[in-house]
Amino acid sequence: MSAAGGDRRDGDRRGRRVRGSMVPEAEFRSYYGRPIIKEPAWTWEVPWYFFAGGLAGASASLGLGARLAGNHRLARAAWTVAGAGGTAGVPLLVSDLGRPERFLYMLRMFKVTSPLSVGSWVLAAMGPAAVGAVVSDRLGIFPRLGRAAEVAAGLLGPALATYTGTLVADTAVPVWHEAGRELPFVFAGSAAASAGAAAVLLAPPGDAGPARRLVLAGALLELGAAQAMEHRLGELGEPYHQGPAGRLARLAKACTAAGAGLVAAGGRRRRGVAAAGAALVLAGSACERWAVYKAGFQSARDPKYIVGPQRARMAARQSEQIEP
Amino acid sequence: MKVDLPTPTFGGGYDGQARPRMGFFTDTSVCIGCKACEVACKEWNLVPQDGPLSLSANSYDNTMALGASTWRHVAFVEQQRGDQGLRWLMSSDVCKHCSSAACLEVCPTGALFRTEFGTVVVQPDICNGCGYCVPACPFGVIERREEDGRAFKCTLCYDRLRDGLEPACAKACPTDSIQFGELDELRARAERRVATLQEAGVAEARLYLEDEADGIGGAGAFFLLLDDPEVYGLPPDPVSTTRDLPTLWRAAALAAGTLAAAVAVAFAGGRR
Repeated sequence: MSAAGGDRRDGDRRGRRVRGSMVPEAEFRSYYGRPIIKEPAWTWEVPWYFFAGGLAGASASLGLGARLAGNHRLARAAWTVAGAGGTAGVPLLVSDLGRPERFLYMLRMFKVTSPLSVGSWVLAAMGPAAVGAVVSDRLGIFPRLGRAAEVAAGLLGPALATYTGTLVADTAVPVWHEAGRELPFVFAGSAAASAGAAAVLLAPPGDAGPARRLVLAGALLELGAAQAMEHRLGELGEPYHQGPAGRLARLAKACTAAGAGLVAAGGRRRRGVAAAGAALVLAGSACERWAVYKAGFQSARDPKYIVGPQRARMAARQSEQIEP
Repeated sequence: MKVDLPTPTFGGGYDGQARPRMGFFTDTSVCIGCKACEVACKEWNLVPQDGPLSLSANSYDNTMALGASTWRHVAFVEQQRGDQGLRWLMSSDVCKHCSSAACLEVCPTGALFRTEFGTVVVQPDICNGCGYCVPACPFGVIERREEDGRAFKCTLCYDRLRDGLEPACAKACPTDSIQFGELDELRARAERRVATLQEAGVAEARLYLEDEADGIGGAGAFFLLLDDPEVYGLPPDPVSTTRDLPTLWRAAALAAGTLAAAVAVAFAGGRR
């Protein structure tokens, strides 16, 4: 574009079609092409926290389900993963803070308007409960307390797995905010697939039937919700087709689909195949969070994602006023 | 779904100690681009240097954006307008001190709070640098100072207000482009100023963020602009992200329920 801020974007940009979109790119004005909103200040810990939280949360539910079904070997595997994921989440969340020594300030108050506040409380309750459940199960101590911890963690697990979708949606970043209805489902599917995959790797194949089915259900949900998200975003979803986020999104889909297929094909007889599939599903789940994370940065960087939709919104409002 | 949150924040929690809501009216039609506001802000608030000295080549603007260490920012727009020649637009930008302030609402620690003057301020002794406010702001105002770890932005000179002084930028502004005062009074003054300008033939003069019905419930710092907001690097129709929270939370709850249902179904087929 021309250097002078405020000038119309050059004519050759008008009407150019965006890859993956039938809508021509709208002409828009900007201040020297500078971003309007800030890119997030977050670093690599955050997408890994989303992955660990999802893995831990869905594993806790799987563990509780296995316990209720009397499948104790699967329960042990799932609770081990839930405890490990819940434990890993804490240092990831703390080290991303600009002032890590103040991590306890996260629990100064409870604010429903802040998904990060709600999530910190969920993690603070679910993490220790999951670790307590593992300790009780492995050492055979305080069995009743252990079961109570399993119930608490198992019920909080789905919240831990999905709130992170709302966390990123509750921002001014267009590719996150406008996908607020789908992101928790993408994360729920990704979490379920990863928890199933981890249990496939750790539990005896004869006991891991529910875990394999959870992989399939989770993969379907993840892929379907991601598709629905990109459909809703339309032009705003461009970051999922470009640059690092585009590469990660494609990798996530390929790994998740191929991995789920291998887990189904491997079943309980071909353990190696199922294990390879499970590893791919875990990689796909991690790539999915990284794709969402990176897409947010790409979306925040370009003012066209802000100006275009806001102008369209204003025009729609105006035409409503003219002919109600 | 959108909910219209009332703006419960003004006066709330101050038990009669609340003061009239104070703000800025920045009349860009008289801004001369002297940057005295930027300098006065830096000096009064002891704001550190915002990166290495460099020239942006974008007119006279070398700070380019508001940020952790730039709490006032003067934009310079050069427009070639046919036979009328070159037009200069200059505008001093600042934190908007929104009525529905997304930064404050998403802050998990309560470090961001609403003062008795209705302004939005970060408490540096509480902020733990989680960074959530940064992408929440629809204007890209608040930012984490990386060498410090905490988030910073304009305080509307909270310390000066408490002592009955006007903010440093308004005090330093030589043309009264930056006007400080009670918000109600500023709004009335701004209406008169727009009318005057339009009568004088400046048809493009318009107010920005003065309307309480807009997506942020109106701003404590609003502007008179001479072109579309995006020309100055401002969003044309900002909406506080937390207005959609009921929808967002409902989606999270539904997704959590779906996840639990998926686990339950996985056990329906038995152990193998």
